[in-house]
Amino acid sequence: MDQIVLKNVKKTFTTKALGTVTAVENINLNIKEGECFSILGPSGCGKTTTLRMIAGFEDLSEGEIYLGGKPVSIKEKGLYVPPENRGLGMVFQAFAVWPHMNIFDNVAFPLKVQKRPKDEIESRVKSALKSVSLDGMEKVFPGDLSGGQQQRIALARAIVVNPKVMLLDEPLSNLDPKLRENMRFEIKALQKKYNFTIIFVTHDQSEAMALSDRMLVMDMGKMVQIDTPTNLYNHPATKFVHDFLGQSNFTNVVEKDGKIYLEGDDKHPLPVKAPTDRKGEMLMATRPNTIEINHNDGFEGKIIKRIFLTDLIEYLVDIKGQVIRVQTPHRNMFAANDTCYLKFPSPMWYEREDEKAAAERAKRMLI
Amino acid sequence: MALFKDKRTDLEKQEGFKFGLEQGLTLTSVILLAVIVVIPVAMIILNTFWDADGHLDLATFWNVIVRSDNLKAIRNTVFISFSATIGCALIGVFFAWLLGRSDIPAKGLMRTLFSIPFMIPPFLGAMCWDLMFSGRGGYINKLLMSLFSLESPPIEINSIGGIIFVEIIYFFSFVYLQVISSLERMDPTLEESARIAGANQMYVIRKITLPLMIPSISAGVLLVLISTLSHYGVPSILGFSQNIYTLPTKIVERMYAANGSFEGIREATALSILLVVIVAIGLVVQRAVLNVGRYDIIKGKSMRPTLIKLRGARIPLFIISLVFLAFVVIVPLVVLVLVSFLKAYGLPIIRENFSVVNYVKVFSQKSVIQAIKNSLFLSVSAGVICLFLGVMVAYVVYKVKPRGRGLIEMLAVLPYSLPGTVLSIGVILAWSGKIFGIKLYNTIWIILVAYCARYLSYTLKSSASALQQVHYSLEEASRSCGATKMRALLDITLPLIRPAMVSGFFMVFLPAMRELTTSVLLYGPKSRTLGVQIYQLRDNGYMCQASALAAVTIVIIIVSNKIVEFITKDRKGV
Repeated sequence: MDQIVLKNVKKTFTTKALGTVTAVENINLNIKEGECFSILGPSGCGKTTTLRMIAGFEDLSEGEIYLGGKPVSIKEKGLYVPPENRGLGMVFQAFAVWPHMNIFDNVAFPLKVQKRPKDEIESRVKSALKSVSLDGMEKVFPGDLSGGQQQRIALARAIVVNPKVMLLDEPLSNLDPKLRENMRFEIKALQKKYNFTIIFVTHDQSEAMALSDRMLVMDMGKMVQIDTPTNLYNHPATKFVHDFLGQSNFTNVVEKDGKIYLEGDDKHPLPVKAPTDRKGEMLMATRPNTIEINHNDGFEGKIIKRIFLTDLIEYLVDIKGQVIRVQTPHRNMFAANDTCYLKFPSPMWYEREDEKAAAERAKRMLI
Repeated sequence: MALFKDKRTDLEKQEGFKFGLEQGLTLTSVILLAVIVVIPVAMIILNTFWDADGHLDLATFWNVIVRSDNLKAIRNTVFISFSATIGCALIGVFFAWLLGRSDIPAKGLMRTLFSIPFMIPPFLGAMCWDLMFSGRGGYINKLLMSLFSLESPPIEINSIGGIIFVEIIYFFSFVYLQVISSLERMDPTLEESARIAGANQMYVIRKITLPLMIPSISAGVLLVLISTLSHYGVPSILGFSQNIYTLPTKIVERMYAANGSFEGIREATALSILLVVIVAIGLVVQRAVLNVGRYDIIKGKSMRPTLIKLRGARIPLFIISLVFLAFVVIVPLVVLVLVSFLKAYGLPIIRENFSVVNYVKVFSQKSVIQAIKNSLFLSVSAGVICLFLGVMVAYVVYKVKPRGRGLIEMLAVLPYSLPGTVLSIGVILAWSGKIFGIKLYNTIWIILVAYCARYLSYTLKSSASALQQVHYSLEEASRSCGATKMRALLDITLPLIRPAMVSGFFMVFLPAMRELTTSVLLYGPKSRTLGVQIYQLRDNGYMCQASALAAVTIVIIIVSNKIVEFITKDRKGV
């Protein structure tokens, strides 16, 4: 069954400086029960707005939202269920742990609101604190704790009511990298134990990939692509997704008579199979770690620089005036100014850059 | 020089003791603080408990306290102040929440209007209310009586209730401003996470928002409490005619009655000490009631805080706010201006009775021009002196850190909680020729000394917080480039705190322009201030002329506030 459904959701803001801006548009989502679903995108892409509409903190400008089959926001009918009646759990980026309450009172808050009996509150808070390894710290005030511990309080507070849906608004981005990795596993483990559906909003692609069953990439208020992490990484639908989900080379190329040439060169075709659905000028997108580099086979290039990246080595290679990054585990194969040969096993093909899109993105960052 | 010895680090011990810049600044601060703070306070204590021959005498003090009219003044002071404080807290928090958190319409306009009561000197406000509601003479009372054919005036502002009401109106902004600024900086997810947890709007306000606001409410309440306990203007304007005295007005009355006699002054100093004790008790009570730690509620990404939808209550609350603003801000000012154009006080407000004669009369008086000049001179010089003194003391306390820095800081902020009347008496006692034969009484200089003591804490606070933000590595970097300590101070530290210095100057200049409490005891024939001049015009029965001068003063204050707002906004980040 679909736990969360969004139909044609749209949200516009009006600000004095920018006039009316469409924050998100045409959002259609069906998120399954027990799924871990990520919404990924750069700041200003509308991911947080989408999440806040699901939570009920923002009104919709158009569209419908259903939770567990029940409508919670339907613009047309003027239906709106306030956040406190949506039965959700939510964890915020800034932790939002209340500084005037100790850990116990923070976690007990949702149960106290429901007016549960005292002994039930006590035992449920205890078990929630245990599952985030904070047991025994009930009397401590959050001001004395580290960011990681505060985020655990927030997690415990969210799971204590056994919510069906857990909304995570960049919950890891205020933590240091090591802790972040640990928390990922803990969130996954909690999901397994309590069996809730997760919507996870982040701008960190590796986080999203590690956690989610499916992800949505958003850009400038629109849905760009929904798929599993592997498919998204291997088959990005647009240049933006390719760029956002990992390291990328974008090379300006031209198709001529079924062959691909570097821009400004029509004598040496690249050793690749031309796409069937594109003609003329285009972009060839490659991942630095998929390119094969060797001494005699492929397209000729010249090493500009060698960069040591501990487990990998990266070369900047000049191919007819365009620079391409190549990462390989083999060490010390080439030095600067050496000649090398490149093969591109699985490139993706996209349209050339659009200047207008870049300007639009800059404007949205101001919202 | 024991003051400096213990703070020296091993490094400095190696260099050997030197009397350098830091020691010089420390010594200067200590001496200046002794002159403007310690001596006046000491003189009050001396005069209260020792008689003219130098014998210890507690009887006078006791006799003064137990006199029935003084006891009544104590009761009035405490009752008025506590009622006003509670009123200010309720109104301040309510409107701060409404304007800071809800989706009430016309916020920009309402905010501007709400900033006006903060600017208007309370004693001018009291004058306006007196014009409207003083018994049978008040214009609004007259209007109401004729409209509803009442026998007696419906409202008597010259009463304890009236004093409380007017003080609430002109002091609630202390709470309002504190709370609204912390509401605006509060991380909105603190409230949102409570909504998600299942709490409805009212529950969130009660359990999350209000408790988190307690530190700022507490700060605002503290300001109101200190101000109302030691406030002179409102109770003097509204209370004298009905023989209602508070301690500050009683002290001034005793000082006038003493006419320079030693025994008379001792009565006033005894009351002063009593007042100081009451303020101290008030502070203790305030701490006990609103004792809270400092929360860090400002973190996370800045996001538009979600405004709470008032839905059905939106329009009613909007109307309530507008009525409140109209009554508190607009109507009093309109009445003041109307009266200032009347040919004579008491005439009905109709077109035939209007003329500009009051303005002409007021501004052709030499004493008025002199008073304006005096106030300008005093405000500018007190601003400049406090600015430098404040930076110096802040530098000593937070950068030099000599032993006993806590005492230095305490001395500098002491006059802040010292009632203005008390401070004036101390200054009078100190500088009437008893110490080194220095006689400043009846000159403008004695007012300047009092202003400097009174406003030093303002500049000290603003420069201290700025100095604490200047990381020591910035100064060290300049030292490593070869600059001396002096050079580092002049080229690095001072330029970095310049915005705070500029706003510090205006924090002194603006209140000094409208000062009454201190100068009412210190003015001489040629050193009247603007506040004293208005007060005396009114006291002598020139109600319309006083209104004219008050109207002009209020315009000047509002305009200069707007100018300052503009300047300091521009300078941010210099």
